[in-house]
Amino acid sequence: MISVAKDLLEEIRAHGRDTYPEECVGALLGRKGDPAQVVELERIENIRTERARRYEISPQDYLRVERLASEKSLALLGFYHSHPDHPAAPSAYDREHAFPFFHYVVCAVAAGQPGDVTAWTLSEETGEFEREPILEEET
Amino acid sequence: MARILLPTPLRPYADGAASVDVGGATVAAALDELVTRHPQLRKHLYDDAGKVRSFVNFYKNDEDVRYLEREGTALAEGDSLSIVPSIAGGAEDLSNEEIRRYSRHLIMPEVGIDGQKKLKGARVLAIGAGGLGSPLAVYLAAAGIGTIGIVDFDVVDDSNLQRQILYGASDVGRPKLQAATERIRDINPNVEVIPYETRLDSSNALEIFREYDVVADGTDNFPTRYLVNDACVLTGKPNVYASIFRFEGQASVFWAEKGPCYRCLYTEPPPPGLVPSCAEGGVLGILPGLLGVIQATETIKLVLGSGDSLVGRLLLVDALSMRFRELKLRKNPNCVVCGPNPTVTRLIDYEQFCGIPQEAAIAAASASGIPEISVQDFKAMRDRGDDFVLVDVREPHEFAICAFPESVKIPLGTLPQNLNRLSTADEIVVHCKMGGRSAKAVQFLRDAGFRKVRNLAGGIDRWAQQIDPKMPRY
Repeated sequence: MISVAKDLLEEIRAHGRDTYPEECVGALLGRKGDPAQVVELERIENIRTERARRYEISPQDYLRVERLASEKSLALLGFYHSHPDHPAAPSAYDREHAFPFFHYVVCAVAAGQPGDVTAWTLSEETGEFEREPILEEET
Repeated sequence: MARILLPTPLRPYADGAASVDVGGATVAAALDELVTRHPQLRKHLYDDAGKVRSFVNFYKNDEDVRYLEREGTALAEGDSLSIVPSIAGGAEDLSNEEIRRYSRHLIMPEVGIDGQKKLKGARVLAIGAGGLGSPLAVYLAAAGIGTIGIVDFDVVDDSNLQRQILYGASDVGRPKLQAATERIRDINPNVEVIPYETRLDSSNALEIFREYDVVADGTDNFPTRYLVNDACVLTGKPNVYASIFRFEGQASVFWAEKGPCYRCLYTEPPPPGLVPSCAEGGVLGILPGLLGVIQATETIKLVLGSGDSLVGRLLLVDALSMRFRELKLRKNPNCVVCGPNPTVTRLIDYEQFCGIPQEAAIAAASASGIPEISVQDFKAMRDRGDDFVLVDVREPHEFAICAFPESVKIPLGTLPQNLNRLSTADEIVVHCKMGGRSAKAVQFLRDAGFRKVRNLAGGIDRWAQQIDPKMPRY
């Protein structure tokens, strides 16, 4: 389970709208636990060339967000990204590149309009994604 | 002593530690010590063959070890070694259903998953959903083109079914785009169809074209053909072209960035009326199938970026002799739209460019001077048994479809040598299918001294519509 404040969910949607028709990506910083609590988002540059269907972050950006989390005494909880004109379900490609213990938040953006936001974790046992509920917190 | 910094997702395998101090002198030795102390990390860092996994990178003090000496990179006291996971993902490429559907593509190395993904990501605009547009749309949809835009504003007519395979008898009377969208979705629900139920013109073409990668021209009139060409040149899009008439067809890819455009081939449109349309001259129903499939083939090759396209070549198809020939096309250095000094830098009035208004004006002017008789008055004359001669100036194959039994049948082209069959003393009524050719015949006869000659307004078609519903219409 992951808890995200409403305004942060809106921020994720806005990021997806901003980069449409390309995928956006950002880091989820917060506190571990059940539910894990997202406290901050950090937008990250998508370095892939076919950004309509892919995202990738540079190792430098990865190190940067790890450090940022550590400086703020927060944990890097995972990443969010958008699926332009595609449902908010993780793809096989997402699964192949996912790590257990990270939370993956996916936002569908249909024809430029952000829609569903879902959250997923990779099961260590099965290697499959399991959907986790998002607790929307009032801000 | 160096310090290995673990990324968040690997910390649970190292008892939650963010860093581990190790003593190895190289990256390899340090990692070896790490996985010895935390064996669970091994499978996340190395594959079954013992090689470092592709989605894990190592950074010595912010420098990628791949650019140093890889795992042989030396580590000294105080160095840090960061393990950086590759964070990537993205939308689904192909679902299992799509993989099954496209399996005959996927097993061809020339297409494969990558090619199929290109097809899925491609946006193709079909101008017209008629004879050419039908097979084009059907095959593009089946092949998995992700987005197909279609411009058309017609309704399905009985006479379309001889060649427009998007439609069936139950679609007659429906808007073509509605029927086409349903048919395409039935063929392949993965395709997004974007219908434009409008007449393509200078005010909307650029805006629509910009949204697409490839434009396929399936129109049958010159104003739209020049409009499509110019809009493609101005937006930099390839124009996959085909045209058909009776038994013959042409196809090419006009792409100003890579070769000639349509205007390089045909600088100006033919005078109005010189080149008959398919509605006037007919077309073998299969021919648009042949040419539309050539357009679909070229479109898919452009999307895949493979093969030799028809850029710079005009393919001529003669279905009757079943011969394919090709002409080499060159870019016209003086082309007004794609040349180095273009004078057409925005869309113009293509109806005017192709002389359509003038033609209408001339037709109206000449028609006004020609005496006519309505089908109702003509029926009254016949019913009364008036003494007159009826002349049918259509072609022999048209007589076979429907005719007035008493008519004298003289095809328009043979009228001059058949004048001796007519007498200036007789009352004469001339007819054709719609009234156009017979108007020319009346004019010719009047010029030849016939005074009592009239044109049957609307031709045998209006007779069938208004007087005799049993008469077939064609």
